[in-house]
Amino acid sequence: MNKPRINEDVCMRCGACVGTCPANAMFLKEFTLEVNDDCTTCGLCFRACPVGAIKLEGGP
Amino acid sequence: MKKGEVLKYDVLVVGAGPAGSTAARFASKNGARTLVIEKRQEIGSPVRCGEATTLSWLEEVEIEDHDRWCVTTVKGARIFFPGAKMLELVGKFDTTGVGIVIERDILDKDLAKLAIGEGAEYMLKTSAVSLIKEDGKVCGVMARSMGKEIEIRADIVIGADGFESQVGRWGGIYKSLPPEDIISCFQYRMAGLDIDLDFTYLYLGEFAPGGFVWVFPKKDNQANVGLGIKLSLIEENKTPKDYLDEFIASKEEFKKGMAIDMVAGGVEVGPPPSNVTADGLMLVGDASRVVNPITGGGVANGVRQGKIAGEVAAQCVREGRFDHDYLKEHYEARWRDLLENEIWRNYMIKEKLNSISGKAFAKLMETLSKVDLKESNLAVLLEAIQKENPEIMEELQSMF
Ligand SMILES: Cc1cc2nc3c(=O)[nH]c(=O)nc-3n(C[C@H](O)[C@H](O)[C@H](O)COP(=O)(O)OP(=O)(O)OC[C@H]3O[C@@H](n4cnc5c(N)ncnc54)[C@H](O)[C@@H]3O)c2cc1C
Ligand code: SF4
Ligand code: SF4
Repeated sequence: MNKPRINEDVCMRCGACVGTCPANAMFLKEFTLEVNDDCTTCGLCFRACPVGAIKLEGGP
Repeated sequence: MKKGEVLKYDVLVVGAGPAGSTAARFASKNGARTLVIEKRQEIGSPVRCGEATTLSWLEEVEIEDHDRWCVTTVKGARIFFPGAKMLELVGKFDTTGVGIVIERDILDKDLAKLAIGEGAEYMLKTSAVSLIKEDGKVCGVMARSMGKEIEIRADIVIGADGFESQVGRWGGIYKSLPPEDIISCFQYRMAGLDIDLDFTYLYLGEFAPGGFVWVFPKKDNQANVGLGIKLSLIEENKTPKDYLDEFIASKEEFKKGMAIDMVAGGVEVGPPPSNVTADGLMLVGDASRVVNPITGGGVANGVRQGKIAGEVAAQCVREGRFDHDYLKEHYEARWRDLLENEIWRNYMIKEKLNSISGKAFAKLMETLSKVDLKESNLAVLLEAIQKENPEIMEELQSMF
């Protein structure tokens, strides 16, 4: 799996993924969601997203 | 605000939700120079809440006026079990008091106004991006404010940054949340509904694995219709939004409605945290994990804890003590006294209910189906369970 890719058209900037991320690798800005290099590609953020805005490139 | 300028306060609160604004209000009231920074451009908006709570905690936190944000007072709750059996509980249907439905964006702004009335200052569109630490003590934050990097120093920092909280993790208070304690939520605010708006509705079981569907009524045929699902139980390739859309499509009374707002978010429903403080740092509200593990409600506990955090922060400033030991003795001890037992009890009940075997649960439902629930109250219900399934009653009783 790779780092998550955020579909900004779907993302509601709710922070569910940010609070779930075990590596604290995500940061919610007012209009974007950043993923930094601490990401371990664990895939939990993908599970946590209420609207399916996260894709794990190469993964599901 | 010039680039490179350093701001200095006694108390810095990160996050202007109900917990943060209440902490700021009581810190200011007790004499501390207090600043609140909020990432968003508007306090309380967008709403991330089902907006159901009770009136029982307002007096404790010295809130007199709730007319502006309390929009509905419900008569009771209708609880639907799998197989469409319904249990109607009227009146004081829970031990915490009468249920109300609120406008969170108005509540959050009102709580900020109360804090400002006591002298607290606010900066919007200002995000904390890291903590400043010296000799292991938190001394402030680096922040991005309207596109500029700024340094904000404070004797004590209060992390009130909600479920997404990073302040607690930056401060080394905890690492991460166990996924089994995380609920992923999605909700529509719907208009044009044709339901009895005097009740809240809860649907357990099939529609929301490990959680429930809620319907919280608002004025003029509106309601918040949402659900929460345990992360580990979400099926492959399905999202909580998909589950909610399926629920709505399956119910004639909801199909008629139209969404006028969409809300997403995460809620943590674990046991109370073992520690929410470090040198120069306290956590409050969702950031400190004090949500009611059964209902997922966090507004009341956050505000109640916020009052204590604010009072203790001001006390720290007066005494010149910001170390972990002092915060444990004063902040941790006080909020635990108020909330910890209740959170533990509700967590245990939730775990117990989840652990009742499928077979026992099916038997319980069968019993419930024989009771005329419309005519019954909780006592009648428990009596019926006792008669038909004493072993389940035993399990239920062992929870208290
Ligand atoms: C879908 C859903 C439904 C819910 N329904 C209910 C309900 O019916 N009843 C109930 O009581 N509770 C409910 N809850 C829980 C409730 O919303 C929270 O418990 C409550 O909002 C917690 O308040 P808080 O002040 O701790 O945090 P929040 O209200 O989350 O406020 C945190 C604030 O911090 C800001 N922030 C975050 N990071 C930073 C940063 N780095 N810098 C600056 N600011 C930052 C955020 O923008 C936000 O404004 C629900 C939650 C969800 C997701
Ligand atoms: S994949 Fe895992 S580590 Fe990477 S951002 Fe998502 S939750 Fe965080
Ligand atoms: S959980 Fe999904 S909708 Fe919420 S901020 Fe993350 S990517 Fe966006």
